Amino acid sequence: MKKEPRHYIGDKDIQVIIGTLLRVGVYTSLAIVLLGGVIFMAGHAGKAVDYASFRPQPAGLASIGGILKGLFSLDGMAVIQFGILLLIFTPIARVVFSIFGFLIERDYLYVGIGLVILAIIALSMNGGFTH
Amino acid sequence: MTVVVFTLIVLFGSLLAGFLGSLTGLGGGVIIIPLLTLVLGVDIHYAIGASIISVIATSSGSAAAYVKEGITNIRIGMFLEIATTVGAVIGAILAVYLDPGYIAVVFGCILIFSALAGLQKKTDRSDNLVSSGLADRLKLNGSYPDAGRQHPYTVKRVSGGFLMMLFAGTLSGLLGIGSGALKVLAMDNIMRIPFKVSTTTSNFMMGVTAAASAVVYLHRGQIDPGIAMPVALGVLTGAQVGSRVLLRTNTGLLKKVFAVVIIFLALQMIYNGFSGKI
Repeated sequence: MKKEPRHYIGDKDIQVIIGTLLRVGVYTSLAIVLLGGVIFMAGHAGKAVDYASFRPQPAGLASIGGILKGLFSLDGMAVIQFGILLLIFTPIARVVFSIFGFLIERDYLYVGIGLVILAIIALSMNGGFTH
Repeated sequence: MTVVVFTLIVLFGSLLAGFLGSLTGLGGGVIIIPLLTLVLGVDIHYAIGASIISVIATSSGSAAAYVKEGITNIRIGMFLEIATTVGAVIGAILAVYLDPGYIAVVFGCILIFSALAGLQKKTDRSDNLVSSGLADRLKLNGSYPDAGRQHPYTVKRVSGGFLMMLFAGTLSGLLGIGSGALKVLAMDNIMRIPFKVSTTTSNFMMGVTAAASAVVYLHRGQIDPGIAMPVALGVLTGAQVGSRVLLRTNTGLLKKVFAVVIIFLALQMIYNGFSGKI
């Protein structure tokens, strides 16, 4: 690989860490989704589907607590949803890692920017907006 | 329809959507949402929830490679993510109050825009001459590796790009798509960032933007595991195959054929939206 001088020392290491984190996050979560899919199909293959109208209050799988509860009883739907939850957290974890990276570089402006992004996501996760 | 038949159809459709979405650069969401709603009669809320999950998977998967190569400008990405995440949350909240018919119509319009934007011949307007004061202060200017050397570039009109990103984020949250066409427009045409950097940085931003609206969708019960599972697995696999084929094919003709298909789907979405069938 080419070694080029960079504008900011340390950026390269952060890039490699972020790249690896994203890859591992995506493949781990989708492996769990696949596992959940197999469990779900084994139990429900012949049942009829009905997605024609949206029912806003589903049982359990819309909250982290509900997903974890179903996960321990190896409910296929809950395992899939757990994988999806991990997938959603993958780019969020990327922001957290970038914040640490910028902290090491003493680039406090970007530490601040990263924290703002996390705050926006935390607010939306809080559900304050959704009810 | 039984669970097994439904899952297999969605899985196959998502494979195709991911494959074509990656070849043409439009993304899988623009095909999977019409497939689910128009062909399989799935409520658009569920279709959007499943699509946003596939956006996280594909964008994070491909961003991983670009970030390691050092093409992605992480500072530009993170700065603009403030705009896209705020937009994404606004869009996801708007989706509750909007009639599904309207969402379908907006979706169709964005689809037509994306298809046409994808056909346009791109001109690289980037240079290394002037930089905006804001870009200096935010350390957005950078360089990217190509053909063995570093190409420096400067960033212009930062606030204009930021506003456009707010809009792109809102549409992403409302429609469950990556809205890459709008993101690239903001970066290429407004901020004058080189292609290679704008496309990869747009990809990099998609994951966290989609995650911001996905948490809202999850909370509202719009992410159904039975649909999200085949969609996420199919679209990611299709996109991975597509990115390998992409290196070896001339996509000019494919893009044109695909644009026609997309516009047909878009008109169908708009018609169904107006006639209240969605």
